[in-house]
Amino acid sequence: MGAPSHGASRIAWPGRAGHGFVAPYVVLLIAFGVVPTVYAIYFAFTDASERFAGLSNFTTAAADFRFLPAIGHVALYLLVWLVFLVVLVVGLALSLHGLTVRAADRALRFLYYLPGALAGAASAMVWLFMLDPAVSPVGFLLRALGYDTFGQVIAPGHLPILLAVIAFWTGAGGWIVVMYGALNNISPDVLEAARIDGAGPWQVAWRIQLPLLRKWIVYMVILSFAAGTQLFVEPQLLSQASNGVAGRDYSLNQLSYDFAFQNDNVGSAAAISVELLVVGLVVAGLFVARSGFFDAD
Amino acid sequence: MPTDPRRPGRAVRRRPPNPLRALVLAVFLLFFVVPVLWLLLAATKTDEQLVHGDPLSAGSWSALRHNWDALTSYQDDAIFQWLGNSALYSFVALAITLCVTIPAGYALAMTEFRGRRTLLVATLVVMLMPNATLVVPLFLEVDAVHLVGSMWSIILPYSFYPFGVYLTYIYFSTAMPRELLAAAKLDGCSEFGAFRRIALPLAAPVVALVGFFSFVANWTNYFLPYVLLPESGQFPVQVGLGTLLNNVPQFNPTVGSLEVQRPELALATLLAITPVLVVFLFSQRFLVAGMLAGATKG
Repeated sequence: MGAPSHGASRIAWPGRAGHGFVAPYVVLLIAFGVVPTVYAIYFAFTDASERFAGLSNFTTAAADFRFLPAIGHVALYLLVWLVFLVVLVVGLALSLHGLTVRAADRALRFLYYLPGALAGAASAMVWLFMLDPAVSPVGFLLRALGYDTFGQVIAPGHLPILLAVIAFWTGAGGWIVVMYGALNNISPDVLEAARIDGAGPWQVAWRIQLPLLRKWIVYMVILSFAAGTQLFVEPQLLSQASNGVAGRDYSLNQLSYDFAFQNDNVGSAAAISVELLVVGLVVAGLFVARSGFFDAD
Repeated sequence: MPTDPRRPGRAVRRRPPNPLRALVLAVFLLFFVVPVLWLLLAATKTDEQLVHGDPLSAGSWSALRHNWDALTSYQDDAIFQWLGNSALYSFVALAITLCVTIPAGYALAMTEFRGRRTLLVATLVVMLMPNATLVVPLFLEVDAVHLVGSMWSIILPYSFYPFGVYLTYIYFSTAMPRELLAAAKLDGCSEFGAFRRIALPLAAPVVALVGFFSFVANWTNYFLPYVLLPESGQFPVQVGLGTLLNNVPQFNPTVGSLEVQRPELALATLLAITPVLVVFLFSQRFLVAGMLAGATKG
């Protein structure tokens, strides 16, 4: 049901009450959206004595030995995670939707969704234990793979996969529920017609359900991509828990944090923030402009 | 295929269960649930049981009691202080969020004013940006006004919640009959009066929705308080968990006298997630509706 949201149908009172309603929000938007952005840009282009520094902060950051690896880590993590997310979320939603027993699919959806309550540090805590062969319920599996200690499990090469597993565990359930809802919106007549024409379940999924899920998949990938570039808490806690086996500058946000608080180099910290900000803005802007998801009437 | 015995529309659900499908669903059920179950059980064990016992066995009440005592005695009730801080930050921010967000979403949806479209687009863009993007710049800003360490340095950023504005905007533009407002205007009701007497009473569902989302987001935030609050006494419980982690000897062999055993850490994690878990259990429908609303208008 589209909203009849044309300017004409909006109620116009004389006076400026509309501004009164939005004023507090605008203040917060400026204070915590606009000003930090301006501040980041300002610091990114000035040196310690607040003189214009050109791109030197950016080049310092980029030349740092931790910078390229951090980009590589985040990129690899994003790749693994987004593939996991698309394949498994869509697969599980389709499987759930085809279940014969109604009560079972409702219960499963809730149980898949439950780890979402452990967002943030809590999920990292849980997975510290899951990945420690000494205490993990899948310790036998980890040992069978040849990993006897926590340090071996979280070897740097494994981190993209492990971080993707943690993120998937916490966030996938919500998306499965969303996809399931979208599948429910597909008319049963369409599916029935396909079946009468002789399409099997795989063909129905591939030719009808998947194309109709496309915009939801795009929405999920874009939001997840933007969020994934900001990786911080999971690698931070893994690094704490492993005495540095997982480095403390694994992700870009961690590096930015260390520039600001360990290296006392606010300029380079801001330069990395600006780069992440640009990625976030571009992704969000493209999405708002192109997708038609958010028609600002 | 006129011989098809299945009735239209229900055919898919009448197929015999597919064993492959059942297997896949069961494997993922284990993947999602076992860690949560393990966490619940771990809090009832001793560290020795954790290592040598069956990972999915229950411990004992006495071990749970012991873990509780050990956890609460850590830095004189630090865990309660952290939980209290989390509650304080989350609820104050929630209150401000609601006072700011509901009128703003309403005005964007129902009234006309200059700059309305710009504000709407800005809201959408900021809403799609992950909230960790601005943490380091925010620190620089807060530092410049000498508010680092003040609780407002995280409450106010928490209160800025564009997603809530967007949800409210969607809600009012799809669920609120415009005729009501037009009639109110004809009757000489002021714009603020119309909001208070007509819109607010209708807004209960969206207030609940924004409230839930804002609370969960505030409670689970880690990066912002980690950067902005320097002292342990001010930590919310999420950051507190990190402190406890630093004192678990199995994860940090250099730990000093403040040792924390692993079951205590598990118990602390459970305490930290309880409020969100409760919200989840009672509001699954709400939360999902919100995720859906994030991507569609009505």
